[in-house]
Amino acid sequence: MIPAFALLIGVILGLVLDPTVPLWLQPYLPIAVVAALDAVFGGVRAWLDGLFDAKVFVVSFVSNVLVAALIVFLGDKLGVGGQLSTAVVVVLGIRIFGNAAAIRRHVFRA
Amino acid sequence: MPERPEQPEQPEQPEEPGEHAARPADSEAAAPQQPTSNRRAGMLIGLLCLLLGFALVVQVRSTTDASGLGAARQEDLVSILDDLSAREDRLRQDIATQEELRDRLVSGDDQSDTALAEALLREQQLAILAGTVAAEGPGIELTVSDPGAEVGPEVLLNAIQELRAAGAEAMQVGDVRIGVSSAVTGRAGLLVIDGIELTAPYTIRAIGDPQTLEIALNIPGGVVNAVSRAGGEATIEQQDAVVVSALRPVDDPEYARPAEDEED
Repeated sequence: MIPAFALLIGVILGLVLDPTVPLWLQPYLPIAVVAALDAVFGGVRAWLDGLFDAKVFVVSFVSNVLVAALIVFLGDKLGVGGQLSTAVVVVLGIRIFGNAAAIRRHVFRA
Repeated sequence: MPERPEQPEQPEQPEEPGEHAARPADSEAAAPQQPTSNRRAGMLIGLLCLLLGFALVVQVRSTTDASGLGAARQEDLVSILDDLSAREDRLRQDIATQEELRDRLVSGDDQSDTALAEALLREQQLAILAGTVAAEGPGIELTVSDPGAEVGPEVLLNAIQELRAAGAEAMQVGDVRIGVSSAVTGRAGLLVIDGIELTAPYTIRAIGDPQTLEIALNIPGGVVNAVSRAGGEATIEQQDAVVVSALRPVDDPEYARPAEDEED
């Protein structure tokens, strides 16, 4: 419940404050968000599986975000930023789909 | 293909150690340890979720705010850029055309100004030459007395021609302006210029270099001599400001027209 509330509060904060994304953060923020979403879906799945561990969730969340940002950063430096961003999004998307499928099986038993 | 199985496993990997770590933690951990670590973990998780929601909304906002340019794909950007370049080219061409037009108008203005000034100058020159305006300048006043009524038209004509040859620019005899078509007729004692009768003494006013004019009249066998021979007396007075105020009517040419091919 707390995470869901926190998420909601974050959304509201974002809506209310409406900050502009600093230029240096602009390439990383979308990837970081997707990576964080992946971690959250993983966490939800683990929770439904009864395997949830706060430490693992926090570490995977943070490391997912950092690794995603790092990959984008490296890609930018190597001149393949766009492609690498796409690759990261695809990989994370696949993972999110997998986790979502597991969650669905849990929730709907199908 | 080998990457695919690896990557789906990765999401489970963070949780797999979680399984092993969580099992002992959840089931075997001591009761006093759980509340503090749980609370701390819950706070961390809440913070992370809060951050996620925040970042999510901010990213969505910035994507929709940026009028699509920031989120546009490379090909779209390229085509947009092409459009803009083409538009810029068109606008530049417009600018060039307009500037050319402006330059032409400005220089045309200049040209017409100069042309106007020239025309005005020329009109003045021609008006003096034709005798349609009064003229003023240095010159001489020649007075011919004719007590014996012996001074004939040829003497006056000679005087006019001598003055012309000496560079007189405007002349009048009595109250008659001398123009290109002036004619001296009549007989001695009753001179007629352009149909107007004159009576002695005759006064001729001419604008030009006073000395040159006087010398021209004084040459041996010239006007002054001729007047003396006719029993009259010619007196010449140099003046700094001779006013030739008599005017000539202008006849519009009936047949002559400016030649077409003669341009200014």
